[in-house]
Amino acid sequence: MCDTCGCNVTPGNAHLVQPGGRLSKTENGHDAVDVLHGLLDANDHTAAHNREHFHKHGVLAINLMSSPGAGKTSLLEATIDALKDELAMAVIEGDLETENDAGRIRSHGVPAIQITTGSACHLDAHMVHDALHQLDLQKLDIVFIENVGNLVCPASFDLGQQRNITLLSVPEGDDKPAKYPVMFRTADLVLLSKSDLLPVLDDFNPDNARRYLRDLASSAPVYELSAKNAAGMDAWIHWLHAELAALEHRSGRLATEPA
Amino acid sequence: MHELAICQALMEQVERIAQEEQADQVLTIHLAIGPLSGVEPGLLEQAFYVARAGSIAARAELVIESMPVQVSCSQCGQLSDALPGRLVCGHCGDWRTRLVSGDEMNLLHIELVRQTRENTAGAQDSFAPARRSCNS
Repeated sequence: MCDTCGCNVTPGNAHLVQPGGRLSKTENGHDAVDVLHGLLDANDHTAAHNREHFHKHGVLAINLMSSPGAGKTSLLEATIDALKDELAMAVIEGDLETENDAGRIRSHGVPAIQITTGSACHLDAHMVHDALHQLDLQKLDIVFIENVGNLVCPASFDLGQQRNITLLSVPEGDDKPAKYPVMFRTADLVLLSKSDLLPVLDDFNPDNARRYLRDLASSAPVYELSAKNAAGMDAWIHWLHAELAALEHRSGRLATEPA
Repeated sequence: MHELAICQALMEQVERIAQEEQADQVLTIHLAIGPLSGVEPGLLEQAFYVARAGSIAARAELVIESMPVQVSCSQCGQLSDALPGRLVCGHCGDWRTRLVSGDEMNLLHIELVRQTRENTAGAQDSFAPARRSCNS
């Protein structure tokens, strides 16, 4: 989509816009109204509002996506344990049912807001907005949003996050980026989770996963890690610190710009 | 199946526009959908039959224009067609490309019948029957 003015006219669809301005007549004489808005305009509007909230409070918001069981909650537990002495974190949990994941997070001493979506297969910006009302952003450095486990639907909904992270666990197979291009294209970072299983699941080749990701024209870094034996956690923690520093830099620059 | 949620958002936009334009009936809704939007046109159409019920677009036709996947290469500068799962340059094979078409999920335009408040005599012409809808 057009990133310049938000009009959504792309070289691919420009020919579809009818001449004659917003109102025109069709061949059979009916009134036609040009719209050319994204179908998710209302969601995107709320997402922009959420993003503004995060930015204003200098909070790094991260949307974690993966298939169910790829290890999102385990990664968060290990991350909280590694960082809780230096950073203030909170987690927004999205699941169809149960408070189980929020309970796991809270047992590590971090606030967790559970969103139960019922039958909805994804979080949207409105649900995240409601959850934000229960968090004091002023006191936080990072908000992790653990999306509903699903490699399809969450990719279409902007939540207002600054970064998207997609987990690909070793048991799932290394060709997932080719099979789910919409999801993996959105990722700013791909984590190959459960890397402790690589010795037993030797048909998973991390280089293949990287190659499939590059075929999607993605330059996102790919890290192998295991929340279980802590291998590779350092690079992930370093990435989080670098993102926080970059966010601080951006916020500082904005604050010093003349009005 | 997030297509129903997307379709409900579409219907909210259509109803708002129809109200702004003082329309009596929505005849057709034209969308542009690319394969990299994450929306399946067939599922969106099925969801549309559910979402349009009881609305001003209850008899409307949904026209979905499928957009091609095209990339522009940052190395050789050429445009080429690509596959959703393989966005490399069709000319030089480099992976450093930019998507120029294929992730659209847009409402392009809608056709409608407007209210003819003062012209009741000509109302029969203006209130032309809607075109045959998708599922009839």
